[in-house]
Amino acid sequence: MSDTRSVTVTVNGERRTGEAEPRLLLSDFLRETLGLTGTHVGCEHGICGACTVHVDGEAVRSCLMFAVQAEGAEIATVEGLADGETLHRLQQLFSKHRALQCGFCTPGMLMTALDLVRHRPDMTEAEIRSGMAAVLCRCTGYEGIVHAVAEYASGGEA
Amino acid sequence: MKPPRFDYHAPESLEEALDLLADSGPDARILAGGQSLVPVLNFRLARPGVLIDINRVTGIAGIGDAGDRLTIGAMTRQREIEVSETVARAAPLLHEATGHVAHLPIRSRGTIGGSMANADPAAEDPAVAAALEATMVCRSRRGERRIAAAGFFVDVLTTALEPDEMLVAVEIPKIPAGAGAAFAEISRRDGDFALAGVAAQIALANGRVSDARISACGLGPAPVRFREAEEILLDGACEPAAIAAAAASVAAACDPHGDVHASAAYRRQLAEAMTRRALASARERAGGSA
Repeated sequence: MSDTRSVTVTVNGERRTGEAEPRLLLSDFLRETLGLTGTHVGCEHGICGACTVHVDGEAVRSCLMFAVQAEGAEIATVEGLADGETLHRLQQLFSKHRALQCGFCTPGMLMTALDLVRHRPDMTEAEIRSGMAAVLCRCTGYEGIVHAVAEYASGGEA
Repeated sequence: MKPPRFDYHAPESLEEALDLLADSGPDARILAGGQSLVPVLNFRLARPGVLIDINRVTGIAGIGDAGDRLTIGAMTRQREIEVSETVARAAPLLHEATGHVAHLPIRSRGTIGGSMANADPAAEDPAVAAALEATMVCRSRRGERRIAAAGFFVDVLTTALEPDEMLVAVEIPKIPAGAGAAFAEISRRDGDFALAGVAAQIALANGRVSDARISACGLGPAPVRFREAEEILLDGACEPAAIAAAAASVAAACDPHGDVHASAAYRRQLAEAMTRRALASARERAGGSA
């Protein structure tokens, strides 16, 4: 009936293939086709940032890309951050600074922060606030998030 | 929501893309970075029958130095422009404006060509193009057409592009020696659409303004140069009184609309404030004292 294509991507280092209609968003491909539900979907129009993943090393909104556009790409999602039971240092800092409450925005916060810090390692606190405004959190008031990202950027231990 | 169905094409050459565009008729849309088009599809505010994805087309991305101007391929990502030292040096107005474009993850995908062709009144790139008199290089199966920015931006979300034409590059004149540029913008949160933004570039010769460029985003249906304000500055020292007069002129001449984010009257106030800020910074960067 509908026109579907085979899409092969490397997600968190693992080669994965799935079928996708051209209109299938990358966010839905990750969650529903590949079963990687760590990436959350909020607004579906690029405002809330919950669905942020890395494509070829850069943070993007996975709700503003079609899965077919990711053919051949390297994708990193929140599931790839921890090493077994050991959380990524940024995740440990989110825990330490109470940078999450309900946790819905957290995958997007983490993936956004990692790219921001790599993009501009020498951010001031004001620049961290501006950069992290890319993701909406309705629980924390951002203070813990800003502290966690600042400590991560400064290279401090968790 | 989810996008409606469409026929999807991902050509790898410009010729193939232009053939698809010509053969598909007005029901086709070009998919560049997708940061404006995909939300509109997700909301089903647009239902194009055909999407021509130009992300895999070769030869229409990258920043080139062409003597007195930069040639920036339409598919150049805003993130690449933001970090380009060539752009920071030769087109500092574009460099600063690009930092105001949404958020980093949006700039990872968003393109300069997409922003120009979408012609959102609140977008920064069209305002820079208007101020610097950029040239839009457009291609169709019929050939190449070069359109000056002044004739390219027609109205809200409306450009001079014909249905079979694609924007392939933007030519940005380099900043002259002794000139300074600044972009000032106000939005509700960093990264949101501009309530008002002003682009300014001032050239000084012997302490006198030899060239002045002022344009804006969020302050009218399409970006224009504010000629009367520029005239006020020409041949003067761009001192605070002249800046105040130019800012008042921009506030009087602009054509803002009111919506849930800001009233037209408030945007007019912002026009004045942003013009003052942009001109003061541009003058300082041009080497004049504040």
